[in-house]
Amino acid sequence: MQSAKMADQPIAVQKQTNMKSMTIGKILVYFILVSLAIICIIPFYLMLIYSTHNNATIASTFTFLPGQFLVDNYLNMASKINIWKGFANSFFIAGTSTVLSLYIGALTAYGFAKYKFKGRTGLFLFLLATMMVPGQLALIGMYRLFSTLGLLDSYLAIILPAAANAFNVFFIKQFIEGSIPDEIIESARVDSAGEFRTFNQIVLPILGPAIAALGIFTFIGSWNNFLTPLVLLFSLDKYPLPVLVALVQGYYGMDYGLLYLGVAISIVPIIIVFSIFSKQIIGSVALGAVKG
Amino acid sequence: MFAKSIRKDHYGYYFIAPFFLIFLMFGLYPILYSLYLSFTNWDGITSPEFVGLGNYIAVLQDPLFYKTLFNTLFIWGVSVVPQLTVSLVLAFILNDKLLKGRDIFRAVYFFPNIVTAASLGLLVSLIFDWQSGGLNHFLVQVGLIDDPINWKDDPWFMRLIVSSILFFQYFGYSMVIYLAGLQGIDPSLQEAAQIDGAEKKHIFFHIIVPMLRPIILFQIITSIIGGIQIFDQPFTLTNGSGGPDRAAMTSIMYLYNVAFQSTRFGYGAAVAFCLFVIIILLSAVSFMMTKRKSSS
Repeated sequence: MQSAKMADQPIAVQKQTNMKSMTIGKILVYFILVSLAIICIIPFYLMLIYSTHNNATIASTFTFLPGQFLVDNYLNMASKINIWKGFANSFFIAGTSTVLSLYIGALTAYGFAKYKFKGRTGLFLFLLATMMVPGQLALIGMYRLFSTLGLLDSYLAIILPAAANAFNVFFIKQFIEGSIPDEIIESARVDSAGEFRTFNQIVLPILGPAIAALGIFTFIGSWNNFLTPLVLLFSLDKYPLPVLVALVQGYYGMDYGLLYLGVAISIVPIIIVFSIFSKQIIGSVALGAVKG
Repeated sequence: MFAKSIRKDHYGYYFIAPFFLIFLMFGLYPILYSLYLSFTNWDGITSPEFVGLGNYIAVLQDPLFYKTLFNTLFIWGVSVVPQLTVSLVLAFILNDKLLKGRDIFRAVYFFPNIVTAASLGLLVSLIFDWQSGGLNHFLVQVGLIDDPINWKDDPWFMRLIVSSILFFQYFGYSMVIYLAGLQGIDPSLQEAAQIDGAEKKHIFFHIIVPMLRPIILFQIITSIIGGIQIFDQPFTLTNGSGGPDRAAMTSIMYLYNVAFQSTRFGYGAAVAFCLFVIIILLSAVSFMMTKRKSSS
């Protein structure tokens, strides 16, 4: 009704109606939106502030301003746990499982999208169905399997199960069907390129942007993985960051400055990555969900 | 002959083989092995001893199993209802092209979703700490309370905190999924309704909600699967203990305790499969409920 009215009216009048619609309703909407945004930021702000204070300040007063104990907290932490080792472990585990699951995912997706072999539909439906099964179901069997294989407390126990990621297959298959015409593959065949060469040199580069978007998401998922490493790894120097940070609480529960700093170190990189890639991250979540 | 040489369909098997090999070994086999272990007693050292349905009978008579199941469903229910409704309304608001700062709001609301759940649980635990927590100091300073409140001593409050963390982490995520769904709705539908004089709330209830029904179902089912698996946040929030009277001990925390702390792996596996059955039942119920609604 408003838009129809506005179209017939001179600009001055339009402006007035705009002003009117900018009334209580809109102010209320913005008020709610901004409050919610503040609630989203405050815990992380407090985390940063508290990581710069010493125990005495944290235990006695509420403060909204940074203190001077960041370096002391850091040295205190560094003398007790090697958080950078946890960082490196997380990077290694998340990095390798992301690369592996993306490459295998792309291979599988390409196989399903471009070859009409027998049992294709059945196998693909089976693959989709596995996405509905909660991972904890496999946890105890996995523990037994890796204990038999002698792979408990090794990175392989975390990386191998993550390599077969059904969601990645599903996601990349949608992309291949939308963006890689059969003609490209056929012309490569006419030029007598092998099937895997065609995949590695022609298809994979075209998939680049989609895989990059998915890669960020897979990486974050793997980085945040907590239960599997908690169960399958035992050595303090092999723990990824989330497990290390959680255990620090048990060991140094009264050392608040250290705890806040530990949490901060585990979250700040995510804040940085997110502020660079927020559009892609949100986009890849949305894309995956709607196609599902 | 040329046509035959161009047919390469059997190559499909080579392409999908690595995935299925890895999946069979490290996905399916452990699940089936868990199923087998659920019929045995296994302490992690000696070989498993077959006990038939013994573990399942014991699980179904275990008060702690029901308690942790109640905790999980309570925590999930209290967080998921506001999460799915608030995020739907937010998506509707943020889908409005005239709204300023849409992208910033979206990014800020989504951000908690990618923060490590374990770190977030610990952070909330620190903020709610009785003596050192920022919240008590703030409330005392503002004059709302005289003495610090021992938040973490109250079972119901602990459950509500976990629910709040989940809401905090997932409302932005649901919002993004709703937004993606909204983008699939023909804008001319809304415009036509506007021209016919429909108010925003009518458009919301009579156009947006019915059109988004498949997405809403998707959200409910994925949130059931995710909800039963709640672990990281209550685990770090309560330092692994489950809080006062084990009020914030979820089903998966119970599974973890039984299997990996008490090394009763067979019993833990039986707990896992009982939970799986519950997930399937809940998903089927919500599927049928949304089906019935759309046909009526």
